Amino acid sequence: MDSGAFNSSGAGARQHRAIKILLAGGFGVGKTTLVGAVSEIKPLRTEEPLTEGSLRSDSTAGVEKKTTTTVAMDFGRISLRSDLVLYLFGTPGQQRFWFMWDELAIGALGAVVLADTRRLADSFPAIDYFERRDIPFIIAINCFDGARRYDPEDVRIALDLDPGLPIIHCDARSRESAKQVLITLVEHVLTHAPEEPLRHSLR
Amino acid sequence: MAGNDERWLDAEAGPVVRPYALTRGRTRHSGESFDLVATVVSTQELVGDPSSLGPEHVSVLQLARAPTTVADIASDVDLPLGVVRILLADLRELGLVAIRAPVTMAERVDKQTLREVLNGLRGL
Repeated sequence: MDSGAFNSSGAGARQHRAIKILLAGGFGVGKTTLVGAVSEIKPLRTEEPLTEGSLRSDSTAGVEKKTTTTVAMDFGRISLRSDLVLYLFGTPGQQRFWFMWDELAIGALGAVVLADTRRLADSFPAIDYFERRDIPFIIAINCFDGARRYDPEDVRIALDLDPGLPIIHCDARSRESAKQVLITLVEHVLTHAPEEPLRHSLR
Repeated sequence: MAGNDERWLDAEAGPVVRPYALTRGRTRHSGESFDLVATVVSTQELVGDPSSLGPEHVSVLQLARAPTTVADIASDVDLPLGVVRILLADLRELGLVAIRAPVTMAERVDKQTLREVLNGLRGL
């Protein structure tokens, strides 16, 4: 789209690649902390109109009847190279935010589901979402001080996850740890994204 | 915000002007849709009739002098994404910006790019 105009502008001669990584998890699980630990965090909010059904109207009529919902997203930017930038998007994993997820998921590299073993159920919706859409993801268990440390295999059983799905412990406050989370995701995607057709999740 | 059913008050609710007032009430943008990380760049064309542009259009245009993304612009002008999309689509209609779909939009990120991302992360 518009590629001719883009290329002729000169300013965009160097191809700028933006890669999306999604970060999901319940409230208070450490998403903002993790994004802040590994990237330049920026404020980003959406104020999305919620329309009943698929109201098709380009006019202003009826706007006053619509309600909007504000969602503050965790938005982080990691410049890997001048032409390669990684974008982290974290939004709450609840179903009512899925209108955001549907857009975020398009073309995303993959997702990290940040989990807290004290509230594992909070990560169910995000896991279901990524499994159903065949979006590669990993589980990162944020190790809160004082929380019991569970074996990843116990977490796998509790969450009913595929054997090949990486489950790692992390400390969302640590840059190294957050970096390792992203590396684990990219490695996972790399091993499962060869030329062969996409494998459907085993369910 | 938790448990409070998304009702934001005072400063939390953002600017006094309802965001969509800036778009004259429009909640959908014109033309082809574009991704959150689509690349935006100003075409550096002179504005025919700058009076048709609001101050927010001008701010957005200035940010797009060097290639950037929709999300970066929204963050930098501190306006909701939905509003920035409409402003960008207006600018595109006037031929002032070009918006290019991210390479990743096609489907999945290719292996070569994945390796580059991996190397980049390891080198951080």
